[in-house]
Amino acid sequence: MQKQNGTELKNKAKQLLQNKTVDRVAGFCAGEFAYDPSPCVFYSAEEIEENMIYDCFCSPNFSKFLVKETKKPGRIAVFMKPCDTYSLNQLITEHKIDKDKIYIAGIGCDGMVDVFKLRNKTGSAILKASCDNGALTVKTPDGDMTFAFDEVLAERCLVCKSKKHVYYDELLCEPSFETDTGRFDKVEQIEKMSADARYEFFRSELSKCIRCNACRDACPACTCETCVFGESSSGAESRENANEFEEKLFHIIRAYHVAGRCTDCGECSRVCPQRIPLHLLNRKFILDINRFYGVYQAGETVGQIPPLTDKNESDPEV
Amino acid sequence: MQLNGYKPKIVAFCCNWCSYAGADLAGSSRFTYPDNVKIIRVPCSCRVDPVFILRAFGGGADGVMICGCHPGDCHYTSGNYHTRRRMKLLFSMLDYLGIEKERMKLIWISASEGEKFASAATDFMNTVARLGENRRLGDLRCKSKTEQN
Amino acid sequence: MKRIGVFVCSCGSNIEGAVDVCKVVEAMSKEPYVVYAANCKYMCSSSGQELIGKAAAEYELTGIAVCSCSPRMHEATFRKAAASAGLNPYKVEIANIREQCSWVHKDTAEATGKAITLAKAAVSKLCRDEELYPQSFPVTKRALVIGGGIAGIQTAEDISNAGYKVDIVEKKPSIGGKMAMLDKTFPTLDCSACILTPKTVDISHNENVRIFSYSEVESVSGYVGNFTVKIRRKARYVKEDLCTGCGLCAEKCPTKNVPNEFDLGLGSRSAIYIPFAQAVPKVAVIDPDSCRMLKDGKCGLCSRVCGAKAIDYSQKDEITEEKYGAIAVATGIDPIDVTPFDEYSYKNSKDVITALELERILNAAGPTNGRLVRLSDGIRPKTVVFISCVGSRCTEEDERGKTYCSKICCMYTAKQAILIKEKYPDTDIYVFYIDVRAPGKNFDEFYRRAAEKYGVKYIKGMVGKVCDENGVLTVKAADLINNEQMMIGADLVVLAAAVEPDKTAKALASKLNASIDGNGFFNEAHPKLRPVESPTAGVYLSGACSGPKDIPETVAQASAAAAKIIGLLSKNTLESDPCTAHADELKCSGCSLCANVCPYNAITYIEKEFRMPDKTVKIRRVASVNAAVCRGCGACTVACNNGAMDLHGFSREQILAEVDSICS
Repeated sequence: MQKQNGTELKNKAKQLLQNKTVDRVAGFCAGEFAYDPSPCVFYSAEEIEENMIYDCFCSPNFSKFLVKETKKPGRIAVFMKPCDTYSLNQLITEHKIDKDKIYIAGIGCDGMVDVFKLRNKTGSAILKASCDNGALTVKTPDGDMTFAFDEVLAERCLVCKSKKHVYYDELLCEPSFETDTGRFDKVEQIEKMSADARYEFFRSELSKCIRCNACRDACPACTCETCVFGESSSGAESRENANEFEEKLFHIIRAYHVAGRCTDCGECSRVCPQRIPLHLLNRKFILDINRFYGVYQAGETVGQIPPLTDKNESDPEV
Repeated sequence: MQLNGYKPKIVAFCCNWCSYAGADLAGSSRFTYPDNVKIIRVPCSCRVDPVFILRAFGGGADGVMICGCHPGDCHYTSGNYHTRRRMKLLFSMLDYLGIEKERMKLIWISASEGEKFASAATDFMNTVARLGENRRLGDLRCKSKTEQN
Repeated sequence: MKRIGVFVCSCGSNIEGAVDVCKVVEAMSKEPYVVYAANCKYMCSSSGQELIGKAAAEYELTGIAVCSCSPRMHEATFRKAAASAGLNPYKVEIANIREQCSWVHKDTAEATGKAITLAKAAVSKLCRDEELYPQSFPVTKRALVIGGGIAGIQTAEDISNAGYKVDIVEKKPSIGGKMAMLDKTFPTLDCSACILTPKTVDISHNENVRIFSYSEVESVSGYVGNFTVKIRRKARYVKEDLCTGCGLCAEKCPTKNVPNEFDLGLGSRSAIYIPFAQAVPKVAVIDPDSCRMLKDGKCGLCSRVCGAKAIDYSQKDEITEEKYGAIAVATGIDPIDVTPFDEYSYKNSKDVITALELERILNAAGPTNGRLVRLSDGIRPKTVVFISCVGSRCTEEDERGKTYCSKICCMYTAKQAILIKEKYPDTDIYVFYIDVRAPGKNFDEFYRRAAEKYGVKYIKGMVGKVCDENGVLTVKAADLINNEQMMIGADLVVLAAAVEPDKTAKALASKLNASIDGNGFFNEAHPKLRPVESPTAGVYLSGACSGPKDIPETVAQASAAAAKIIGLLSKNTLESDPCTAHADELKCSGCSLCANVCPYNAITYIEKEFRMPDKTVKIRRVASVNAAVCRGCGACTVACNNGAMDLHGFSREQILAEVDSICS
């Protein structure tokens, strides 16, 4: 459950605009459904008052959004949950975001709702949702339902790596710490399976892929000017002009390209319409890096050298 | 070289300064190795992109060798250290996905190790031949060939 | 339109013996874009190269694939042939069907099949070859020589005689190196100092040469023709330009008992000292670890007696930055530490000494003024035992020594034996050896003279143990020829210690980006054909830094390195290898991952304006590669996730084409 409520954020946003700290504010406004608030940019206090919302469905990581936003004139304020700030640091390291053009207000976070999980549980349309006191109440055509928060929390939140903001201009919550929630348990469990079982597991998962590229588009580490998996000029922005090779190896290369730079924000798995647990690939790389080259958290500070572009004479042999 | 009529395809990426020279030395010393090992010359093992390896597997290779200078001997001083990290992580990932780790190998071969090149190529060929045809990597996302048939 | 010619070499019978070249020609002539395919007995011969020229003209070839020996052998030859046929020399690819095919595969069908595959891969790559053009850049006409021993002196002398400026950096307070420590030289027995001193004096007066003594290379940046070197000039606490070298300071210095490095600790010196009589520069230096003034601030005697007012206790290390076109490494060799060889009792007995220590003892300017005496009791030894190969030719497992032959020990042992016999004919001398290696001009004669004329007893066999019992040495050894055990009571035992590269070599190599072998010797660019060049362009190898050498060999190699450097400095501009990395600015996102992996710091980032399709201007950070610094390893190309960084000559597209061709 989010620690800051919508009103608090609204007031802060209006204040930042009014005292000219920033020229605009990024936030959420209501989407078509109760569970899909969409990111938008507010230019005036009136817009904020009218449209800005914040609730336990406001999952998206705003850091990648800032890559384009900071190319525009003026300064933008963003409310960020702890995990978003890791991605932000990584993007600053890679010269993708100009620090001078952002104002980050850190907000506390107790996790976000996994809409897929919720929809599976309700089994019918969600007309309205509200979270309060560790519980989520959903209004459906079949009547109201209430779920304990843990039941509907996103996987990445259940194993949250950190409640600490590693970048901010202002904290709206109490400073907090990294957490240890066994986020590598599933990876280690898979590692213990037989090769055949591993192969079957990943084959069945990856077979679901429809190559919509949502994972790539949402990933804050995927910010290449053009992507190896096709270019926008091909006229197939979301449906790659895939040859067979790219089809098969997309996910390995995708994970490899972000290895050492992936902060484990979990956006890839969150946005996958096929529910492929893509984070299991990323976390495998993170776990291996930790094992072979020492514990490394991408985005912890600005200016880190990602392990895959670093080296040491005494590295273990293959 | 064949095993039960099956002849694996093996691609060996060799760095120009050590391993390619080592393979040349294998030749001038007449140390034989299986003819299905085909060498691609690269300036340094660090030129080998994981995409090249996956492309080779995707294209039908059964095994891929990456050969570089011994650690500390890189002509470019640090290239092979980068290779070592890249391959360590890539191989580990492929293993995690259930693909036989033995199909890929990173070997350090100096310009004076002609015999080592020949024996490494032979050993690798035998290992890959025992594993049989490479199906898994090529078919990770699609149904396996046997299922399709 | 691509028009490719394929030339299949028979290499006499080297290729033809295993590969059916006609079949290769036939198969290749059917390949797409191939308009010409032919076989030739020797492609590298002038007739083979003419064939390339003729076919290129007749068939208007745009690219040439040669199926022959290794590209490491003849790539340059065929590039030249292509250039003289009017093609861009980088439109040449070689299929290695000799070393990697005909010589390793005996079955003709298999070898022919592989040759065709390799040829096809070469053609696939060739179809994607770009025309490449070298860039040119200027040359700084000054050379740096690192090390002021006989090698460095010779290299510097030769370069300066050709009219170029040279700087010598020597880490010790004086130049002269190991040769200055020797008594006589083999096989002529002329006095080492007598032949070295004129050279050191000459070089110090040579106006083209600057000597940075008591200095070390701090860092090296840049590339061939354009090195920038930072040199640390260690504090001497004596002003070099004022000191006259009179030696009064050393005479008056109250701290007299410091082990003298030049005498390997056998003699002593004062805290302020001139390393040896013929030192160049002849300037005093204060050893800060033993000087009372520098340690406790109490004394200052030398400053008071110095008429030249040269003493400066406040001196600090200084860093000077210089630019060079070429660098010669002349770091030389040192004897290994023999203390781990417990069996020879070196640690326990003062009368077990190393050959270099004996050299100082025999030297008239040495600690005993040239008298051969035992260090334990000052008595002249009657029986002297030399043990050769101490630490040389060891097994891989023996970590105390080296696997290689140190090359000079057999000869200096014979020399020392003769020198002792000349002075003291009644001395009994035994030399224990594995083999006597004397393959040099007048070397074998010299050794035989020691054995035959001077009666030095050469015994084939290794010494098992030297026992020191109350100052009496007993050498226990095996005589392999007479097959008997020997016990010799010896007064003095001399160990012919192996030599190893100077301790600073490894750190220096990494500063220079030059490679060293497993033993720490500098690698040659080619062990046979380029023995005085390192693989790093612009870095040359002078003397024993690349392997054990005696004086004449060292001097020969030092002059050879000088000749190479003179050749480089005589050019006004250099052309770079065009096989370098380059960034596609339209794809580059300026993330800096590539710069992280570049070993040469060749990648920088620039803010560049791009005109967008909608006529707006966008400023983006993009990578820029300095082609003169880039050596083309390709590390950056893999660090770059979207392929914005690519490598000329080994492009992503080219390698993938080869992969596809081989796998199909």
